[in-house]
Parts: sequence; structure tokens; C-alpha cells
Amino acid sequence: MSEAMWAFGRISGIVALVLLTGSVVLGIWTRSGRPLPGLPRFSIQLIHRNIALLASIFLVLHVGSLMLDSYAKLSVADVVVPFLGAYKPFWQGLGTVAFDLLLAIVITSLFRKRLGVRLFKAIHWLTYAMWPIALVHSIGNGTNGTSGWFLAIATVCTVAVAGVLIWRVSSRFLESATARNAVH
Amino acid sequence: MSTHSPFGVNRLFAAGARATYRTHLATYGDLAPGSSRAELIPELERSGLIGRGGAGFPAAQKFGSVPRSGMSSLWRSSAIVIANGAEGEPRSLKDERLLRDAPHLVIDGLLAAAAVVHAGTMYLYTTAQSLPSVRRAISERDDARAIRVVEAPDTFISGEASAVVNAISNGVALPTDKTVRLTTSGLKQRPTLVQNVETLAHVALVARYGSAWFREVGSNRDPGTRLVTVSGAVPADRVLEVPGDTPVRDILRACGATDDDIAAVLVGGYHGAWLSGNDLSVGLSPAALASHGAHLGAGILYALAADQCGLRASAEIVRYLANESAQQCGPCMFGLPEMARLLERIASGDPDRRLARELASVSESVVGRGSCHHPNGTTRLVLSALDAFSPDVQAHLTGRCVRRAGR
Amino acid sequence: MAGTPNRYTLHIDWTKCDGRGLCTELIPDLLARDKWGYPIAKTGDPAARSNVAVPGSRLAAAGDAVDLCPLLALKLIAPTDAR
Repeated sequence: MSEAMWAFGRISGIVALVLLTGSVVLGIWTRSGRPLPGLPRFSIQLIHRNIALLASIFLVLHVGSLMLDSYAKLSVADVVVPFLGAYKPFWQGLGTVAFDLLLAIVITSLFRKRLGVRLFKAIHWLTYAMWPIALVHSIGNGTNGTSGWFLAIATVCTVAVAGVLIWRVSSRFLESATARNAVH
Repeated sequence: MSTHSPFGVNRLFAAGARATYRTHLATYGDLAPGSSRAELIPELERSGLIGRGGAGFPAAQKFGSVPRSGMSSLWRSSAIVIANGAEGEPRSLKDERLLRDAPHLVIDGLLAAAAVVHAGTMYLYTTAQSLPSVRRAISERDDARAIRVVEAPDTFISGEASAVVNAISNGVALPTDKTVRLTTSGLKQRPTLVQNVETLAHVALVARYGSAWFREVGSNRDPGTRLVTVSGAVPADRVLEVPGDTPVRDILRACGATDDDIAAVLVGGYHGAWLSGNDLSVGLSPAALASHGAHLGAGILYALAADQCGLRASAEIVRYLANESAQQCGPCMFGLPEMARLLERIASGDPDRRLARELASVSESVVGRGSCHHPNGTTRLVLSALDAFSPDVQAHLTGRCVRRAGR
Repeated sequence: MAGTPNRYTLHIDWTKCDGRGLCTELIPDLLARDKWGYPIAKTGDPAARSNVAVPGSRLAAAGDAVDLCPLLALKLIAPTDAR
């Protein structure tokens, strides 16, 4: 039973990381205002949201299963307050920080109409901190964090996010960039 | 009614330059005490007073749109009245002149307006130049102490009604998005009446002498007097008080200009329209100007000298307006610089025949697509320039300008 | 101001709109895009293009546009007589 929890805890963490990466990439993509082949802009927006929610579910499973696991024995405090853990407190603390940040991002997204676009945006920017912290946590804390296959996954995720980020800061990023730059 | 009533056309400045409270009272008499909503709004309606700020909205209608307080005022907070003296138009000097020479009429009007809509709070919003005279006038009388004076920045759009409310509540004189009228929910979500200072000065006179007196001057469709600012091809810039509906030509002549000196007149300021030299017999009233596609705005006449290029003058104005965009709304932020660029190309003699059509199409595309009327007003100016100076547009295509000075 | 009798209107807050184009995909019959990407109403008085009349059949799609606008620049305003 405990073996199963332990395995599930690790796998759900990896799935959450991959899903988060997908959501981050699509989130940055939506900012460009461009559609994808066969995917209109509103679909990209919806997929971005839904993948993020799916990632959150896997993250809850990841944390939940490790709370039940007799070896990891995460406490409620470990889940909310970083760097208290008994095992690899630093690397586990990073996971807690990422979890807290994601919690804030998801809640402000769900209530963004009530909170207003300013607060929503400000908190959403924390994604740029949350994602790398989550990645570093997975490498440093994961049982397979430094094994070849996992590093391959981590590399693909990093390349994907770094790639769209470089594009994001380029002057041609916006769909309407050419027309807008012509004026100003 | 008082026996002091000033007659003739010299109404607003009857107390002379820089009128003190003493000379003001000696000239106009006391403000009729306690004019109530039930009395003054119908009186204003009969007077036919049209707002002097630019939108040309009937004053009585605007007063009437402030919700009545009464039993409901227990849970609905009281109204706010703002006297708007921020004439962002560089070609308008009339509000500054009014606040310098007749600040007490404006204060009277503000007090009367506040009494009518049961306002709990009064503001006077104006640019730095007018602050000393306004503050001095307020200090001269006991009944004006509650008026809060707020400085307006010297920008083109600082006097737009929602920008006024934004400036007073947040210190940012930029227009805001509106889904309800300010008279329903404005400053601090309270019903807010924003009236131009000249409108309020006329309200003060109607409250004293009544609507019949008010209508003795002017025309049926534009009763009373108006302040106009005349600049450009005239010996000196001037602020005049004229009867409503006075022909444009008469006003220009009064300023010392003759028809031969003038190629066209920009009516209504930078958001206005050009009247060609042949149309100068039109009366200066919203109704008469509407038939020429023009509007009165804040009573601005800018005369273009006969040897001046109207296209170049318009291009300079459109560039100015593009620079004055608040950069909040996309169509204005990108459309106005594009309009300025196209008009500059036409004015400089670019032979591309498609430019005028492209300019008209971009201009029409920005109309109604902003949180204020800045794109609409700029489009009005551009389209009227293309219309009034269409022979010039043709001439410029061949690389020459029909105006002698070539400037 | 934005409310109209008998009809829902889609109000565009131009101070928030950044022309990302999601709304124009969802209600292409009501909104086109200008060359800078900003929505432009296809119907109605040009001077009143900040408030787009929404026919009953397009209410759901307009609601999606309001919900998916990344800048929260859209608002669906109920008919004035429905209050």
C-alpha cells in the first residue's frame, strides 16, 4: 500500500510538472494574440486554463499521496510553510513555495472578475517564479531527479519554456506588432 | 426680480475687469435666495440655456438627470456639483477670462446649482492660471467656503467630464470607461453634475433675472449670450460676448478681420470643423452649424489667413491631437498618429492619389471607439479639412500649394 | 448610457482592450478587427460602437467572449427595461 502511495506521489509530481509546463507555454502563447494551426485563440485560452487546472489536481494528488505515505510523512505544516521538512528540507521547501504560489495564481484566476484585472495580472506574473522553482524542486527532491530519463523530460520542458520566453521578449511577438510598430 | 439687471449684450462682464465681490453685488444684486429645484429647473428649461462646455447639452436636462433626493437620500448619498473651468483647448481663453473677470458669477452659479440638486459637495476645477483669482474670490465671501478648488493639468483632455471626476478622485486627469451617466454615478459613486463655468455663470443670471430676460438676446434656437474666443488671422486674440446665433462673419469683423483676409475658419476648436470663406454668414449656434457639419464646441473661432495652407494647418493640429491622446484606447493610440501621418503626407505634396481616401477611411474607423470623444472630434476635423480644402488636396497631388505663402 | 431597451449590449472598455482578438473569433458576425487588432463593431451607429447590440441568438457566444477576454474588457449589459 505504502509502496503504491510512494510511486503515485512521484509520478503525479512529474505529471504535474509536465502539465504546468504546457500551461505556461500556452499562457505565454495566448499573450501574443496569435492562433495556432487549427486552434483559434479562444481555444488556446481554454486549453491553457484547463491544463492549469489539471496540473493543480495532479499537484494536490502529489502532495496528498505523500502526506499519506508512511515514508515521506508530510505534515499539513510542510504543505503550507516551506523549509520545515525532515527530509531534504531545502528541496522540499522549494516544492512548498511553488505550491503556495500556484495556489495564489489559481485562486486569483478563478476570481479574476471580482478581483479585477490588475491584481489578477500581478499575481499571474508570479508564474515566472513558480515554474522554475517547481522544476528545481523536482530535480533536487525527486528520487529520480538526476536520472537520465527525468533530466531528459526536464530539459524538454526547459527548452519549451525558454523558447517561448525568448520569443515573448522579441519585438515581433505580438500578432499586430508590425502594424503597431509602424505607428509608434 | 432685481432692478439691477444688466441689459444689452454685455452680461457676463458687466461688473468690469477683475470684479470684486462688492462690484459684483453692486452690478448684479443678490443671488435670489434659496432657488429650489422646483423653481430653477423649469426656469432654466424655459430659458433654453445650452451648455457652454462643448457638448451643447441643454442645461435644464442635465440638471434634471440628477436623481431627486428625498426619502431615498437616507440610503443614497447626496449629489456633487463640479464647476469645470479646465478648457484644454489651446485656442480657447474664455473660461480663463471669465474666472479672472467674473469669478463671482461662476461661484453664484455653482451655489445655485448645488442648491437645486441638493448637493453636499462642490468643486471648482480649473487650470493653474485661474487659481489665484478663484481663490481670491472665494475668500471674499462667506457662502463659498465649502467650495473645494482643484487644479487641472494643462492637457487637451483634462476637461472631459470623466477625466474631471478622475482628476478629483485619483489625481489622474484621464477619461475613464463609462457605462452609466455621471449624473447617476460619478465621483465617489455619487450623482455628479459637471457643468462648464460659463454655463454656471448664465445659470446665476437666469436665477436672478429669469428666463424671459435671458431670451431677450440671441435667437430662438440659441438664446442668451455666448463667449467666443477668436484667434488666428485677426489683429489680436480676443474673447467676446456675443448674442447666440451671431453670424461668424460679424464676429470676425468685430475683431478687425475682413473676408479677404480669411481663407477659412475653424469653428469649435481642434475638435471642430472648417467653414470655408463662402460659409461665413452662418450663425454661431449648434443648430445653424449642424447643417454645415460643424459644431460649436466651446465657442472657438480660429481664422486661417488667405495665404495659409489649410491642409498644413490641419496636419499640425491633428499631430497635436495625436500627441494629446491619453494612450489608453487602442484605436485612438494608433489611429490618430496614422491620421496625422497621412495628412502630413498630403500637405507636403505626396503625389499618391490613394492617401485622401485612406485618411478618410482610417478616420471613420476610429469614431465611437474610445472612452471619450477625442477620436470622434479628431475625425470631425480631418473629414472637414478634406472637404473644405478639397481643391487644395487636388493641387497638392501635383506637388504645388494654391496658397500664396506656401505654408 | 450603454443600456438599450429590449436588447443586450456588449460594452467594450477601450481603456482595457488590447486587441487580442478572442472576442472577434467568438462573435465574428458582430465584431471585426482593425489592422491593429482591436475589435470593430460591424453593426449599428458608428458613433455608438462601444456598445454593440447582441441579438438573442448570439447571447451565449457574447457571454463566452466576456468570460474569455484576457483583459476583462467586455461587459454584457442587460436591457434597460429588464430591471
